[in-house]
Amino acid sequence: MAQIVKSRSESSAPLSIADAPRRAEVRNLNFFYGDAQALKSVNFPVIDRKVTALIGPSGCGKSTLLRCFNRMHDLYPGNRYEGEIRLYPEDLNIVSRDVDPMYVRLRIGMVFQKPNPFPKSIYENVAAGLWVRGVRKKALVDERVEFALQRAALWNEVKDRLRESAYGLSGGQQQRLCIARALAPDPEIILLDEPTSALDPIATSKIEELLTNIGDQVTVIIVTHNMQQAARVSHFTAFMHLGNMVEYDVTEKIFTNPAEKRTLDYITGRFG
Amino acid sequence: MTEHILKAFDDDLREISSRVAEMGGIAERLVVESVDALVKRDIALAKRVVPADAQVDALQREIEEKAILTIARRQPMAVDLREIVSALRIANDLERVGDLAKNTAKRVVALDGDYHAQKQLRGVRHMADMVIERLKQVLDAYGARDAERAMDVWRRDGEVDSMYTSLFRELLTYMMEDPRHITLCIHLLFAAKNIERIGDHATNIAETIYYLVIGEVLTDERPKVDTTSFAKIGMPG
Repeated sequence: MAQIVKSRSESSAPLSIADAPRRAEVRNLNFFYGDAQALKSVNFPVIDRKVTALIGPSGCGKSTLLRCFNRMHDLYPGNRYEGEIRLYPEDLNIVSRDVDPMYVRLRIGMVFQKPNPFPKSIYENVAAGLWVRGVRKKALVDERVEFALQRAALWNEVKDRLRESAYGLSGGQQQRLCIARALAPDPEIILLDEPTSALDPIATSKIEELLTNIGDQVTVIIVTHNMQQAARVSHFTAFMHLGNMVEYDVTEKIFTNPAEKRTLDYITGRFG
Repeated sequence: MTEHILKAFDDDLREISSRVAEMGGIAERLVVESVDALVKRDIALAKRVVPADAQVDALQREIEEKAILTIARRQPMAVDLREIVSALRIANDLERVGDLAKNTAKRVVALDGDYHAQKQLRGVRHMADMVIERLKQVLDAYGARDAERAMDVWRRDGEVDSMYTSLFRELLTYMMEDPRHITLCIHLLFAAKNIERIGDHATNIAETIYYLVIGEVLTDERPKVDTTSFAKIGMPG
């Protein structure tokens, strides 16, 4: 009956965590905002070219965890990481002090809750990440911009107005533009922090559709408050509570028959 | 189970589950009455069973509507989702149970009390007692959300099948013995088949309860012993 909440890959064999190739692995990760500990010894694998959803009540640490993946916390003093996020294949600890946050961000892209396009043209928004990485050849940039916009399911809507300001797009289009911007440099992991919470249901469906389409090509980690969304778009789900990772499993299992009572209480809307 | 933050959701689920229990009670009563009518040649009772099945059908529709509305409104997950899916499934099984009881009652009316065959009825009565006991147990297991009790019914499914197979053979011998028994025996055979199917529905319900409580689908092959599909009739002489 696990089919009741079927993941998107309906035709493929049942997913198994044990044999799945890992793109990254979080090991004993602690995170502190000054003295306050926000993550407590978190462990979980990030499976390669699959969508992993982080769910949990407000303040559980899911956004904090997501932000560790591209070292966003480094922007503020007093924040401290302990433990590891190993990025494969080279097995690099990306929260180590020795690793340059800029280097991490070049490999791991991020999309935020509210669309944040640059005050530039649609084309320049998507090309920005390429230029930062030193890609100058116009033909190549053109090709990557088109590819990213197509992957983000925005190409048909903007192909005739690439030079117009990104601010002229609707909220949903702006968010897809931000996803295209993140996708253009071909990142290894893309992080999404509640990417649809500011959007209407139609724009939300479009983003979910694009996640379904890219989910087998790019490794995605998504934070969402919408549990149905997590059930729809992700292959794996992690439930967090008070800075702890309570349960991590195949999405179908989490939403049909979770092992932990705290997970069950949360996903069914019960008092925990 | 702890309560939902949204009280109305608890009310919805309780309502659905109590409707299923109510439907179970009525379906069980119809089975008991249809068998009583058959064994006691009580045509008046049989005539009451036939229209009473409509109550079961109405409850099934009501459960279905409430379940669909609850899914649309609450987007249930995990145990809540299983609760609703189980209610739908059990309501389907009970609706069939009601139909089968009705069919037995119709046969009693058709026979018009024109039989005095305690010998032929004995086996049917015995089998019916067995099935009614299982139906009762499985409905109790639903009320108590008791997977172990449900599995007890599931494991004993084969007994009803064996009973039906031997009853089938027994009724054949009566028909061969005296062609005047054929009408009665054919009706009894169909009544017995109805009862055997009610047993199958009780087993279905047991599987559903297992899924509801444990959260996994029972994949084991259920114990099947009905071999009448392969039975051959050897005419004397």
